[in-house]
Amino acid sequence: MTETLAQAIEVTRRYGDVVALDTTSLDIRAGELIGLLGPNGAGKSTLVNLLAGLRRPTSGTVRLFGGTPRDPARRRELGMTPQDTGLPSTLRVRECVDFVAAHFPAPAGRDELLDRFGLSGLRDRQIGGLSGGQKRRIAVALAFAGNPRLVLLDEPTTGLDVEARRALWDGIRDYHAGGGAVLLTSHYLEEIEALAERVVVLGHGRTLADDTLEAVRGMVGVRRVSLTAAHLPELPGVLGVEREEERTHLLTADADLLVRELVLAGVPFSGLEIRPTTLEEAFLAITAADPGAAAVGTAA
Amino acid sequence: MSHVLTHVKYQLLETIRVPVAMIGNIFFPSASMLFFVVPFAGDDPGASTYATGSMMTFAVMSSCLFTYGVGVSEDRAQPWDPYLRTLPAGPVPRFAGRLVTGLALMGLALLPVLLIAVLLTEATTTPLGLLLGFAALFAGAVPFTFLGLLIGYSLPSKAAIAVAQITFFPLAFGGGLITPPGSTPAFIEAIAPYLPTRGAVELVWAATTGFTPQVTSLVMLAVWTVVTGAFAVWAYRRDEGRRFA
Repeated sequence: MTETLAQAIEVTRRYGDVVALDTTSLDIRAGELIGLLGPNGAGKSTLVNLLAGLRRPTSGTVRLFGGTPRDPARRRELGMTPQDTGLPSTLRVRECVDFVAAHFPAPAGRDELLDRFGLSGLRDRQIGGLSGGQKRRIAVALAFAGNPRLVLLDEPTTGLDVEARRALWDGIRDYHAGGGAVLLTSHYLEEIEALAERVVVLGHGRTLADDTLEAVRGMVGVRRVSLTAAHLPELPGVLGVEREEERTHLLTADADLLVRELVLAGVPFSGLEIRPTTLEEAFLAITAADPGAAAVGTAA
Repeated sequence: MSHVLTHVKYQLLETIRVPVAMIGNIFFPSASMLFFVVPFAGDDPGASTYATGSMMTFAVMSSCLFTYGVGVSEDRAQPWDPYLRTLPAGPVPRFAGRLVTGLALMGLALLPVLLIAVLLTEATTTPLGLLLGFAALFAGAVPFTFLGLLIGYSLPSKAAIAVAQITFFPLAFGGGLITPPGSTPAFIEAIAPYLPTRGAVELVWAATTGFTPQVTSLVMLAVWTVVTGAFAVWAYRRDEGRRFA
């Protein structure tokens, strides 16, 4: 069995009255590339901070390389990205990398690291004089400075142009190809699709889905079919139902089939609309719906 | 230990890259020395030795309040600070590095004061007196370090700058550091023993001259050290609880 590098077991984290994570569990095994998806406030950063030892769970257990992430020794094989806004502006790029690398027992070679992320040309520049995109790339490169086995990347490509984003993706893929594990948070579906093999979706602090990329992509293809009808028959492929005054919203993976069946059933309806759901909507709707209630009964 | 040195090295590097910040730290005590001590007491060995002790204490106090107070507060506002906590070293090297860096900057503020005293005044002491004087400065720096850390860990950076400035002025004047020795107003003589600046400077005077310190000043210095220490620990823990618990 593959080694488990990090684990959150039934973890709850509260900030005052706000529940940021609600009995969430996650296992990260060696060599995995996991995408952590979710809307703002879903608990992604909280989970990352717990795994990095910056925060303590209110209840539950967090383990990193067989111990608590609060113990510095457990973080020797962990890499993390700082927020680019906070990089020390007076240091040169190479100095900043050297400074971070000096904390690790077997760091990556600095020049090789800069090369891998296309930063060799910035080696002697002061960080304060760099563009936002350049700082972002340095911040991501720093996560790899200590030659980690697990890297936590919190929104690594936010604010980058397409080219820089692809360059970073290549860097992350190379690391993963060499056996490294990655937990990547993003609210860009595209980014998760480009990189991740396994996808975890968080919403309101709970795990809404934890599956392969293909399976989760299937769930995301959900459409919302809205109509006004007094009575609806039982329809195939309905994943969830919401009612809003006289409007009924049906969630389905196959809107074409649903509409065909609706017409064939001969029930009167009006104001038919079909819209793609947002990622967030799809997941919240799917998990909120009781599986037994997927078939539509009599209208309210 | 090597982690502490790493942090000292890069914190000094960061500071040196903004020379203006250091000049502020060096300017005040040296300028006070040039404008108040050299013209008024420079010819009198006794008075200029006392005044040099005062200015050295002044440099230590302002250096502590600003490098720790403002420095810590600014660091806390940067996401770089929590990032460093995710590295496999924990918070100790950064904290220790900050203290050592502060001491180095203090040394930089003291050096020109000492040079001015040697070159432009009749101030004098024995080699042992000089050594003891530095030891006294070091001991006197403790409550100001705590005060700086208290400000730094409990206030946002803009407030920290203001509070450091507001604190530093009455401590310097009230402790009798700025007024020429012998012409200190009576009300300052009355309050001075209760301020930490007075106890600190009396230690320096006792080390470098034949001065006998007042018991009240020394007791109050000890009280200030304990109280500011307790508050600094409280502020540090509160900050840890808010950001890292």
